[in-house]
Amino acid sequence: MAIPVDMPKLSDTMEEGVLVAWLADEGEQVSAGDVIAQVETDKATMDLEVFDDGVLLKKLVEEGDAVDIGALIAVLGDEGEDISSVLEEFGAGEGAANGEAEAAEAEATEAPDEAPATAERAPSGDGAAQQAPVPAGDEAPAADDGRIKASPLARRMASQNELDMATIDGSGPQGRIIKRDIEQALEAKEAAPAEEAPAAEEAPAAEEAAPAAEETEAKAPAYQRPGDVVSVDDEDLYEAVPLSQMRKTIARRLAESKFTAPHFYLTIDIDMEGTIAFRKQLNDLTKAQERPKVSFNDIITKACATALRKHPDVNSAYLEKEGEIRYYNQVHVGVAVAIDEGLVTPVIRHADRKGLSQIAAETREMAGRARERKLQPAEMEGATFTTSNLGMFGIEEFTAIINPPSACILAIGAIRDEPVVKNGEVVPGKRMKVTLSCDHRVVDGAVGSAFLNTLQQHLEEPMNLLL
Amino acid sequence: MAELQFREAIRAAMTEEMERDEDIFLIGEEVAEYDGAYKVSEGMLDQFGPKRVVDTPISENGFTGLGIGAAMNGLRPIVEMMTWNFSFVAFDQILNNAAKIRYMSGGQFSFPIVFRGPNGAAGQLGATHNTSVESFYAHIPGLKVVSPSTPNDSKGLLKASIRDNDPVLFLESERMYGLKGEVSDEEDYVLPLGQAHVVREGDAVTLVANGKDYYIALEVADRLAEDGHQAEVIDPRTIRPLDFDTIIASIKKTNRCVIIDESNPFASLSSEIAFQIQERAFDYLDAPVRRITAKDVPAPYAKNLMDYYMPQADDAYQACRDVMYL
Amino acid sequence: MASNSKETSPTATEEPQASESHEGFTKPQNEDARPDPLDLPDALEFEQTFKVYRGGTIKHDELGFDTDTLLRIYRNMLLQRRFEERSLQMYRKQNISGFLHLYIGQEAVSTGAMQSIDVGEDTVITAYRDHGMGLAMGMDPNACMAELFGKKDGCSKGKGGSMHFFSKEKRMFGGHGIVGQHIPVGTGIAFAHKYRGDGKVCLTFFGDGAVGQGAMHEAANLAGLYDLPIVFVIENNEYAMGTAVHRAFADPDLCKQAVPYGMPASIVDGMDVFSVTKAMRDHVAMARQNQPSFVEVRTYRYQGHSVSDPANYRTKGELDQKKGEDAIIRLKSYLVQHDLSTNEALDDIDDEVKQQVLDAIDFAENSPLPDLEAIYEDVYTQDDYPFLA
Repeated sequence: MAIPVDMPKLSDTMEEGVLVAWLADEGEQVSAGDVIAQVETDKATMDLEVFDDGVLLKKLVEEGDAVDIGALIAVLGDEGEDISSVLEEFGAGEGAANGEAEAAEAEATEAPDEAPATAERAPSGDGAAQQAPVPAGDEAPAADDGRIKASPLARRMASQNELDMATIDGSGPQGRIIKRDIEQALEAKEAAPAEEAPAAEEAPAAEEAAPAAEETEAKAPAYQRPGDVVSVDDEDLYEAVPLSQMRKTIARRLAESKFTAPHFYLTIDIDMEGTIAFRKQLNDLTKAQERPKVSFNDIITKACATALRKHPDVNSAYLEKEGEIRYYNQVHVGVAVAIDEGLVTPVIRHADRKGLSQIAAETREMAGRARERKLQPAEMEGATFTTSNLGMFGIEEFTAIINPPSACILAIGAIRDEPVVKNGEVVPGKRMKVTLSCDHRVVDGAVGSAFLNTLQQHLEEPMNLLL
Repeated sequence: MAELQFREAIRAAMTEEMERDEDIFLIGEEVAEYDGAYKVSEGMLDQFGPKRVVDTPISENGFTGLGIGAAMNGLRPIVEMMTWNFSFVAFDQILNNAAKIRYMSGGQFSFPIVFRGPNGAAGQLGATHNTSVESFYAHIPGLKVVSPSTPNDSKGLLKASIRDNDPVLFLESERMYGLKGEVSDEEDYVLPLGQAHVVREGDAVTLVANGKDYYIALEVADRLAEDGHQAEVIDPRTIRPLDFDTIIASIKKTNRCVIIDESNPFASLSSEIAFQIQERAFDYLDAPVRRITAKDVPAPYAKNLMDYYMPQADDAYQACRDVMYL
Repeated sequence: MASNSKETSPTATEEPQASESHEGFTKPQNEDARPDPLDLPDALEFEQTFKVYRGGTIKHDELGFDTDTLLRIYRNMLLQRRFEERSLQMYRKQNISGFLHLYIGQEAVSTGAMQSIDVGEDTVITAYRDHGMGLAMGMDPNACMAELFGKKDGCSKGKGGSMHFFSKEKRMFGGHGIVGQHIPVGTGIAFAHKYRGDGKVCLTFFGDGAVGQGAMHEAANLAGLYDLPIVFVIENNEYAMGTAVHRAFADPDLCKQAVPYGMPASIVDGMDVFSVTKAMRDHVAMARQNQPSFVEVRTYRYQGHSVSDPANYRTKGELDQKKGEDAIIRLKSYLVQHDLSTNEALDDIDDEVKQQVLDAIDFAENSPLPDLEAIYEDVYTQDDYPFLA
């Protein structure tokens, strides 16, 4: 009995996956639990396991192809088995994601008896195709086959310096990343605007700012320098970069959010002196106890969580399809993290019930893995509220787009020195503006304002957090 | 420092050792009356007499085995192979007797014997007279294999080999016998076996080469220096046991390596060095290890083919630039 | 007319013909004394007589054997026989592995030869059928059996096995596994004797099969050329594995192999320990005068080539006939007939030997296996050799 293997849903938001690498060959015996391929989802690169024993009779997609969830990607079965019925079933049904797979199906469907021969001709089958010599001077992109080519030394240097190899262009043969590429990347990193080390603090949410800065940096050498005599006509007008799964997902989801959820914005200015003193006391303790340092962002996360407990209307979602509004019983705060390819939002679960030290540790750990693209989809799902912080870039205030299906997102600006009037006198003060974006379908102005007032109280008198 | 030819340095080492120890004798084809096929033992018959400088018939299996038996019974023979190309008719003697009897006897017998003679290609001699034997013999546990590259090293290393209590194969070269070089005039100049020599320090690329190829490595290093890159040149000196530590330390500095090896490529000295590098310094490699070897064919006769067969400096130079991504 | 006639029936008292003496090993160039090879003779004639030592022709008193010596010889031959019979049993019980080549039937050769040399001073080297030789030289049966068992207390620490018995103390230079390749080594051992002038000789044993190997011929030529103190002993047991001598050699009289190397040679009945003793003494006397020589001992092995060989190549009744000439039975009869001992006394010796072999098995069984670390020991004399992992 031929067994279809279709594209599984590997994350809550995934709609299609790119098969980045086959790990099994046609004709190979596989067992339940074996990983036969790797699939890049909108969030991570995941292993594709099979759930049955059998021979991998046919691969229906090629490495690099994007495939809809549920589309047929391979067929398992007994050696020599006729797979036409499976192909028909899928051909008539959902259909494969791309033309090539469809063509392969059609071919096999028309001549089922020739299945083995077809299999032999399959591009990623055996020997001949794989051994085809690479033409000299073929500078294929590094991630061509979903695998980054790098010298062992370059890999080690990248790992030691927490560089994401995916963002580095290799200058070696076939785009291999080598020592000098890493050295250049390190120089570029040092030259880039100083980012603060603690993970949570450098968690900028902005959909726009951070990636844009990176891009400018990376592309700088491509611009013509003054004095270059190269004619402008000789230059390419642009560099086309294929959309990554992550970029596609970000685009789709944010557009969907901005165009369907009616946003309105509430800004409040918060006196941060209390929080600053509180944090200093706290970190004297964490230092003594050798626990991770607590960042402002961690305190804000905790303050939001505590305020959400008090204002369950804000901890909600408007679900049009289901025809309901959900008021969540649990508080899961998503913390937006900019990574090189885009933006991810690891979720601090039950943030209201966690201590600051634990929030600090979790945030830092997940942000680190997010940069290595090692977060599991589950760790990025289920936020009931989201924060986005661009304070470290000196952004005083901004508005964020709601992370659906949550009802609100809080945009956090920088803590700034400002003259304030206290007891009739102008004195130096520390202020921070936060802006709450609300989905008006579920949160009204008064509800959002009440939440912000509580948040303000918590941050101005952080002892509230302990109550 | 005295300037000696390679052959004179070897002769000096043998002479000094034979003067020191009565149990040492030299045996081989044409070593006595003829003064050595390549005049290495010139004058030694006159100095030591026919008991200690012994001519043999053309009988490698016989006199190699004879040397091994004499060593087993307490003497310290130096057995000259007219060239190592002829050693294969005595291969079993070296493989099964010299290398293994100590082990098979549970350590009861030892084999303080040196087999020496010219190794590798010596010009347009056709396929039988152009074999580089390093990997054949270095493969065998129980043996030591030494490959000097300079007159100075040949003296110090041969004296150490003669004093060693294990069987040592000492690989010289017809092409190098006339080569002159400064030789230490230290009274008893002995270079320890098993230690590589960092001939030239650098950080751009590690070049490993022995014997004739040592000179190619130096030429390549000169050319790289003209380009502004300092190559580190390592002469292993001893092939078995090979001083991998020195090579690995260098790779950790340069992150790349080119090996020049006159052997045919399959399962050769360069294969083993490359294997050890990937095993011990994988994370330090910025480029694949490259090697320049003899071609994977028997040595040809025609001049252009023979030139093409041998490792070439141009190829080694280009390989260095390749691994440096230049 | 040139003639080269060599009468080779030397006795111990006869002065063997040592070659003209010169200082070293290689003959001097000496251009003047050399005949012109182009001055051809009318004909080249050659004649050589080979002495034959028949069985049953030599009495014990001619050899100076007293009763104690005779009983010691008898005991030793029995020890070799019983040791090997038990070895075969132990092999079948899987206490011994690998190859096991048995010497049973050939005991008179090893034992007789040892009566011709000073064991522990003179040197011996032999091929892979070496248990009998080791025991004849006085190696400890316990250590020998432990070696077969692959144990730590084996004579080669369990690293050699059946084919590789060695004893530096007894000057037993091994058991060697590659046919004929130890013969040049024997030549070198003899070379060292002469080089040092220590007056010792080397007995180099090999089977009829080794005569076909080039190594034997190269070694014989070197020994003849350098006048080495060596006796080449061909143990002709009629079969090289399964190939009979007449099927392997153009001339099955193997002693004639001495001729091209300018050496005397004899043929000996290897089923009589007295004949072997006599012949070997004569040839050892030559060796002591730096006259190398050949002895072809005609003997017979009762077992197959190795334990896996059913020996179907023998002719019908051949084995029974040979067993009728068994060297141990022959010696026993001789001792009884000459009133040197009694059947009962000799049977008692047999019982003692059997017990000795059982004790050796006990010893071997109780000896520990070699330590795993020992695998890196004894490869080199250098104790810190950097082995690859």
